[in-house]
Parts: sequence; C-alpha cells; structure tokens
Amino acid sequence: MSKKDIMGEIAKANSSVIKGVDKSEIKHWANIYIMGQRYEVPADLTIMQAMEYAGFRFIHSCGCRAGFCGACSTIYRLKGDYRLKTAMACQTRVEEGMFLVQLPFSPAVKPRWNIEKTGYEDGAFLAYFPEIARCVSCNTCTKACPQDLQVMDYIQAALRGDFKKVSELSFDCIQCGMCAVRCPAEIVHYHVAQFGREMYGRYGYPRNAVLDKRVSDIKKGVYDKEFKDLVKKNKDELVKIYKDQLANKDKFIKGG
Amino acid sequence: MKKIGYYPGCTLKTKAKIFEKTALYTAEKLGYEFIELPNWNCCGAVFSLSSDDLIHHLAPIRNLVRVQDMKEGAFLSEETLVTLCSMCFNTLKRANIRYKNSAEDRSKIKNIMDTESAYQGNVSVLHFLELFKSIEPGSVKLKRKLKGLKVFVYYGCTLLRPKEASLDDAEAPVILERYVETFGAEALSTPFSRLCCGSYQTVNAREKVVELAYKILTSAIESGADAVITACPLCFFNLKDIQNEICAAYPDFKGIPVAYFTELSAYALGMDPGEWDEEPGFIKTALAQTGEKKIKR
Ligand code: FES
Repeated sequence: MSKKDIMGEIAKANSSVIKGVDKSEIKHWANIYIMGQRYEVPADLTIMQAMEYAGFRFIHSCGCRAGFCGACSTIYRLKGDYRLKTAMACQTRVEEGMFLVQLPFSPAVKPRWNIEKTGYEDGAFLAYFPEIARCVSCNTCTKACPQDLQVMDYIQAALRGDFKKVSELSFDCIQCGMCAVRCPAEIVHYHVAQFGREMYGRYGYPRNAVLDKRVSDIKKGVYDKEFKDLVKKNKDELVKIYKDQLANKDKFIKGG
Repeated sequence: MKKIGYYPGCTLKTKAKIFEKTALYTAEKLGYEFIELPNWNCCGAVFSLSSDDLIHHLAPIRNLVRVQDMKEGAFLSEETLVTLCSMCFNTLKRANIRYKNSAEDRSKIKNIMDTESAYQGNVSVLHFLELFKSIEPGSVKLKRKLKGLKVFVYYGCTLLRPKEASLDDAEAPVILERYVETFGAEALSTPFSRLCCGSYQTVNAREKVVELAYKILTSAIESGADAVITACPLCFFNLKDIQNEICAAYPDFKGIPVAYFTELSAYALGMDPGEWDEEPGFIKTALAQTGEKKIKR
C-alpha cells in the first residue's frame, strides 16, 4: 500500500470524527439504555464512545481511555440476566439491551499509613484495616472485578499477613473501586492491596543487585561524562549511535 | 509419598506458627506430603458457629471446592483435606455434613456460588490426628526418648462436639492418648480433658476463662502430669498465655507447660530445637527425665 493509500484509509476510518457519523455507512446498531433512557448506537463502539455518540460529554469518569486509570467504572445488566455486571467503559463494547450507568466515584477514606514506621508483621493489615476481619468470603468482590483479579483471595491473604500474596494477586488492580462498592462487609479492598504492595516492595521483595549497582554508579557520576556527550550530539549522530547499539545488542546486554 | 490436601487456617500462619512447623515435620517423617491449597479462605469459624446464616457456609464450602479442583488436576492423591486447628476442623467438617445432608441448603449454596465449580460433596475432611490413628506405637522410629514424660491430653470442645463432627467417640475419646503413646510419652486424662476452656469469652469475660483454665490445669497437675497438650490455638492461648493471670487470681496455682500435640511428635522424631522460638517447657521436663543436660542446637 502506498503512503497515500494508507493516509486515505486512516482518513476514512476517522471520517466520523471529522464529518460526523454517516448513518448509511453503519451496518450494525445496538439499543442501549443509559440511566434508563434508550439510545440507538453503532454496535462496534465502546460504552464510552457510545455515550459520547448519544450526546454525553465526559467531564468526569473518563481518563486514560486505555483501561489503565480506572476512572470509567460502569455497572450494567443485560436483558434476561439477573447478574449485575461491571466493566470499564473505555474497554467494553456495547451489547444489545445493555442497561447501564457510570459510577462517578467510590467514596473511600484511606487510612494514613507510614511504611517506615509499620512493622512487617502479620497484624499490620488489621491495624490499619480492622474491617477486613468482617470478610465472610462471599466472593462478591471477585465477581465485581473488571480486571478478573482474585480479590477475595487477597483480602484473605491480608488477614493472615501474607504481604507477598496480597501483592501478587492485586498487582493488576486499577483502583476502579467496584469491589469496595459491592462488598457487604464494607471493605475498601484496593487500599488494602496498595498498602500490601508498598509494604512488600519495601520489606519483602528481594533487592535487585544490578539495580542497586546502577543507581550507586549514577550517584557516583560514572555516567556523567557519557551523558553530557550524548546531549551535545545532533540527530544524525544519535541515529548512528542507536543503530550501532542495535547491531551490537549482545555486547551491550552482556556489558550490563 | 502420599500427596494430601492441607488446610492450615489463619491462626497457624500468624499466632501458631510452631503448630504448623511441628505438624509438617511430623507428617513428612511419617510419609505424607502435605499440599497446601494454593488459595484458601477463612474456614468460616468465626461466623458459622454463631449463626445459621447460609452465606457463612460459602467460606468452608469454597475450600472444599478447591480440594475437588486440585484432585481433578491430579495435584492430590485423593479428595481429602487435612487440617490442624480444631476450630477449622470443626467448621469445615460441619459445613461438609450440612452440604451433604440438606438438599435445600445445597441448592441455595450452589445458586449463590454459580460462578465457581459446583461442589460434588465428595471431599473428606480429616483432622491430622485421624491420619495417624492406626499407627502401631512400636512402628515409628523415634530419635528422642520421651519415656517417663507424663502428658495430660486436652481435647477441648471442637474436636469432639457436636457428635456428628467428632473425630472419635465423643464421650470417651482415646485418639490423643494413642498419639502421645505412639511418640513414647505417657498419656493422662481426666473429665477435665473435655471441659470447655471458655473459648472466645477470653475477649469479653476473661475472669470466666481464668476460672475454667484454672480448673483444667489444676486437674492436670493433680493427675501428675508434666505437661498439657492441645490441638487448638485458642485453647492454647487460654491455657498457656494467661497463666500469669491465673496465678494472680489463684495464688495456689503452680503453672504447667502447655504445647501443641505436634510439638511432642516433632521433638520425638528429631526436629531441631532451634526451630522453636522459645524452648517449650515440656522439652525441659523431658530432658530432665532422660538425664540429658541440654539439647543440641
Ligand atoms: S478511561 Fe481510564 S480506564 Fe477507562
């Protein structure tokens, strides 16, 4: 495909953004209900795009648009299914008959912790989050997690002071707050997880010797000269250095 | 080695680490590989005993589902779950019985856990003691002698009650006595071996627990015991850790060492005493009996 063709393709794909949607071009439509009101939207949009298509403008509940920031929590039901489902609006395609609403915020007070002054001990979680003892293992939090994390399992690990397990199980948490909203024991899971990861990172996770050495070298100024030289180079020189490095990858990797 | 599903319970990971350590040592010496469930939740103890609310049974049933899943994945030799804490044992076993016996409860639980594997009801919940109940005393090779050590066995409530969850004859159990004898010590018991220690009342009615513990321990001392053993971290706390409070309330009280039953077996089987945080009282007594001066660290 020539350069011009590619640009043409891109322009075509984005034409709705520039010229507005040409309804005749859209083959599949879906009916969704936003806060009870029906809208007909193109079926290949995400919930977020569909809401914008329907005329909503986000001044809240929208951030990265890439599934990372956790701002766009949405709850919905589908026709004929009693389950209350959760999704990130920017990551989930609309479905026919979706009844949905966005949660602007999940109210949660975060205890102030100081990891330097907190002992790396079994009881640390309970000291900051005594409410985790109210967990009855109903697993509602796990079902609510749009990231498919084993939320209840990490709360149970927190109860017994297992920092490693809390960190590992909660690593992909985007703090959307859906677990906390659904929990019958009123636990704020994602704060518990964050505390666990900070503690594990500070006390439990094995230190990386290579990283320590590199940091101390940087502090000692080992790379200062090289860095200054690099900053002075022009674009062509930088490209050449980069290409040389790529060609001699093995050498650079081995050299640490 | 036989691979068997193992459920530690929260207390063994926090306040009762020596209970787990000595039990795993004992099990390994006796030919079992304990596979801890990779993910397990609270046994449900705190809630299921105090109310009939079905939601509280999700926790124990889910643990059993995970045993079932592990057996399906061939991680275990059989659908068996072993546990140590007598409270966990009681909760898991009772939930299992209830699930098997009540069609109504079963369908309710299945309904609410509809996103997880359905429990088929085939897991058997065993207490550690049951694994070894048919071992012949002479058949275990012991590294250390406990001869002459007199051990008072304390069952408490949850190993024996309610009847259908009992691990032995609920009125006249012998399983702990057998265990003690298997490892070379002498077992003693009195009706106080089965008296409640006061359990959770230790939080809000400590004086009641002090009174009960005093009665139990005095009975042990009067029977001539050198030490008391138990299978429950809460009994352990009530009988051991509040002995100073008992002394204060009952000046005639002398005190007596208290240990988990697995400490006895692990010690007899040769576990390094350095594994204990503090030297258990029974070891000192055992050494004095056999004339050894000091245990090698
Ligand atoms: S907008 Fe950031 S996760 Fe959806």
